[in-house]
Amino acid sequence: MATYTPIIGLEVHIEQNTKTKMFCGCSAEHFLVTPNTNTCPVCLGLPGALPYANENAIENTIKLGLAFGCEISKFSKFDRKHYFYPDLPKAFQTSQYDLPFCTTGAFGDIRITRIHLEEDTAKLQHTTLNGEKVSLVDFNRSGVPLIEMVTEPDFHDAQSVDEFLKQVQLIVRYLGISTADMEKGSMRLEANISVTDKQAPFTELPNYKVELKNINSFRFLKKALEAEIARQTEALENGEKLIQETRGFDEKTGITRSQRIKETSSDYRYFPEPDLPPIIITENDISSLRMQIPELPEAKRKRFASEYDLSREFVEVLVNDLDRAKYFETAVEEAKKVQLTPKFIANAMVNLKFDENRLPAELIVKLYEETKVEYASHEEAEAAIHKVFMGNIDAVEKYKNGKVEIIGFLIGQTQRELKGKGDPKVLPGLITSLLQKK
Amino acid sequence: MKIPSTIIELHEDLKNKKYTCVELVEHYLGKINSQNKALNAFLTITDNEAFKKAKELDRIILDNPKAFDEFPLLGVVMSLKDIYLTEGIRTTAASKVLENYMPQYSGTVVHRLESAGVIVIGKANCDAWAHGASGENSDFGPTKNPWNIEYVPGGSSSGSAVSVSAGMTFASMGTDTGGSIRLPASFTNLVGFKPTYGVVSRYGVISMASSLDSMGHFTKTVEDSERIFNVTRGVDGFDSTVVDHAYKAENINKKFKIGIPKEYFAKGLDPEIESKVMNAAKEFEKMGVELINISLPHTKYAISVYYIVQPAEVSSNLGRFDGIRYGNDRESFGSEAKRRIMLGTYVLSSGYYDAYYGKAMKVRSLVINDFDEAFSTVDAILAPVSPSLPFKIGQKVNDPLQMYLADIYTVAANLAGIPGLSLPGGFSESGLPIGFQLLGKRFSESTLFDLGKKYQAVTNWHDQNPL
Amino acid sequence: MAVTEDEVLHLAKLARLNLSSSDVSNFVDQLSPIVDYFKELNEVDTDGVNETSQTTGLTDVFRADNVDVIRNLSQEKALSEAKNTSNGFFVVPAILNKE
Repeated sequence: MATYTPIIGLEVHIEQNTKTKMFCGCSAEHFLVTPNTNTCPVCLGLPGALPYANENAIENTIKLGLAFGCEISKFSKFDRKHYFYPDLPKAFQTSQYDLPFCTTGAFGDIRITRIHLEEDTAKLQHTTLNGEKVSLVDFNRSGVPLIEMVTEPDFHDAQSVDEFLKQVQLIVRYLGISTADMEKGSMRLEANISVTDKQAPFTELPNYKVELKNINSFRFLKKALEAEIARQTEALENGEKLIQETRGFDEKTGITRSQRIKETSSDYRYFPEPDLPPIIITENDISSLRMQIPELPEAKRKRFASEYDLSREFVEVLVNDLDRAKYFETAVEEAKKVQLTPKFIANAMVNLKFDENRLPAELIVKLYEETKVEYASHEEAEAAIHKVFMGNIDAVEKYKNGKVEIIGFLIGQTQRELKGKGDPKVLPGLITSLLQKK
Repeated sequence: MKIPSTIIELHEDLKNKKYTCVELVEHYLGKINSQNKALNAFLTITDNEAFKKAKELDRIILDNPKAFDEFPLLGVVMSLKDIYLTEGIRTTAASKVLENYMPQYSGTVVHRLESAGVIVIGKANCDAWAHGASGENSDFGPTKNPWNIEYVPGGSSSGSAVSVSAGMTFASMGTDTGGSIRLPASFTNLVGFKPTYGVVSRYGVISMASSLDSMGHFTKTVEDSERIFNVTRGVDGFDSTVVDHAYKAENINKKFKIGIPKEYFAKGLDPEIESKVMNAAKEFEKMGVELINISLPHTKYAISVYYIVQPAEVSSNLGRFDGIRYGNDRESFGSEAKRRIMLGTYVLSSGYYDAYYGKAMKVRSLVINDFDEAFSTVDAILAPVSPSLPFKIGQKVNDPLQMYLADIYTVAANLAGIPGLSLPGGFSESGLPIGFQLLGKRFSESTLFDLGKKYQAVTNWHDQNPL
Repeated sequence: MAVTEDEVLHLAKLARLNLSSSDVSNFVDQLSPIVDYFKELNEVDTDGVNETSQTTGLTDVFRADNVDVIRNLSQEKALSEAKNTSNGFFVVPAILNKE
């Protein structure tokens, strides 16, 4: 029996967190905002309105490209992509066609085809009004800057897709260009998947691909991919022919379903947007944007591991949240004063109940106090020392006869008596002074 | 009341209290009442707004001693082609699609004119969506030529031209995408000005073809044309294609060279027009301008390029009219709009893009090169505006290709984005106006205005009015 | 004919125009000679010629990421010209799937 290999490519949409929309000065806030209050002639597609590009949104897109090792186009432009839909007020989406800002990047083994910038559509809600099925349209989202990242079909299992997407989300958050919240729709996923009985390296892709769309969590995408791989593999094993189609994922039954699409042509009639002058990106622009890119997760992982001598597990937990990573480093800095180790702090942050609202400096004070409280009291320590003296009269004698190094042995015995709760800074002095009293 | 012939005269009269702005408005409304029914130049008459504005301005004249410096167009009564959006005033694009559309905003030019003291008296008829060269394509009926109402006034800014020509308003805003100002100006004996593309903001004017649309105006004199241009021009932060370019007055004493392009005097040009245009050239020669024969070899391809690029952009720009957020649905488009949407969709559709749109964009570069080369030796180009005289209403409506071919002398300027000034040059034996145009290199408006003013100083065609 | 009836129907669908059968035959008759006329462009040698889609020569025209409150429309104004609204939304007949 043949073995089948899945071939998966991704399209990831990332809605930016700029203050304003892509081509007008309307606030880009749209989640839980009163409908149709953040609009103007431009994003409502009124007659006579013209676009004016948001520089910040363009810079964000290029930064993402740099983070994924893309080539940045020296000359770029916007194009009009035409189709009719009630969420697209101009009947074209201002997007990028043949000259996207970023091309040919890579992330590990995964090749990035392109990263381009476009505008988001309005939000549709489907409901029934006076017994009639209708769609409600809210243009607050219309025109919010949207990045589209397209990968080559370089994934061969659902797990690596999942891992890659989580890294994309993390990098986007490190760059500060989007909240990348799946549940708010600021990160949206689509996968193209086919299955082949050929072996890698693939010189030829299957003559069909299934588009998995409208999936709003990493978990469901993984499940959907697994279900789809199984479905396609089974079909091929049964000698069935697979067709090009779009499928959605039914979260209840855990299977993918063909989405019946109203028959429309996908002839988008792209042409260069005449209302927006082209964009020239110089080496200077690129290097100044590169300067603005913070340390990215992978570099931080390496540095945390080597600089702080942390376990892989600790590194992951800290790096997977930029705020936490920053918190950790501030705390480490604070901790130098009281000689708490980075490992100790990491442990406190990862394993103990950890309140992120507490300032790092406060955390250190608290940890320091806690560590102090944990030491045995002076009285307990004295009692323990006396007990050790009683049980080790020989050793006490040897000390008195000048063999002072025997004190190490006595400290050890005392710690044992105290179950390790003796304060290492206090014990040696205390033992010495008690010995001298003998 | 004697109506002033220039803005300078108007301001003298207002200063000397010969009449008030309110009386001016009354005068023009009187003319509209008596003539518009026959000419169909206005789609909406904004009498209430005009009176309100006139009263405000009369107050300003009384209160503010610097009024005429602060408001360079104080008391100038204007009509606006009905594709200039006016907040709260119906704007139709002369199409049934927008027959009841009340815009939620006004555009840059309208704001600038109003802030400069202009009184808007109404919205002018035009070919629907500015599609046409005759004024017959309006969904609200054709506009008539006041020089002979059986004839077309030229389009697409038909009502704008006629409203000025027939004395129903002092000046008017039009748009020129392929000759839509210069042509009706030449058919109605007016000064028609098309600025360099990217000098006057298009924001708030219903787009026809975005890479070609130019916001210009109709006046009787070149000096007034320049004055209005100085108000409308300049960056606004809303139209990203507006160039921040300082306007410099031309050195009056310069010895100009004018090019006469042989391709604009080829077969197909009406001999009556040819002789009037050459007369105009001789006027320039008499004032010391050197005439130079030049060639613009790609002129013959300009029509094809234009009728690919323009419908492509039209098909895209008219997509938004879906009846959801405003206006009626797409069933309401008239036949010419549908034709251009279909043609534009064709040249952009997959399989045809390279052969048509892609090729047209390349030949467009060659048309531009022709002009660049010509302007390396001459300061301006003098040419006819139309190969034929105004024709009878209804004569050409069934032959779109023949109609398109008549745009041969105007479209190249739009493809190249250069400025053009159409000037009255006389009359045919049948008594119909004949204009000619001066074309200049990009941003050379001052040269065109200077030449135009000199020409009007030695001719009196522009003083002629229809009966 | 340079433009066929099938093409006219396809174009109408792309452009979302409902055409009557007489519209269709008119467009076949009218568009064909126009498209034929365009063939004259084949005479022109455009090897190595750049495409012009804008004439201004402008590049890099941007705005800063600042909120423009002046152009912002109130909900009432945004909806003022719509035929069908409900609770602050525009209303359209139900649409199920996107292409």
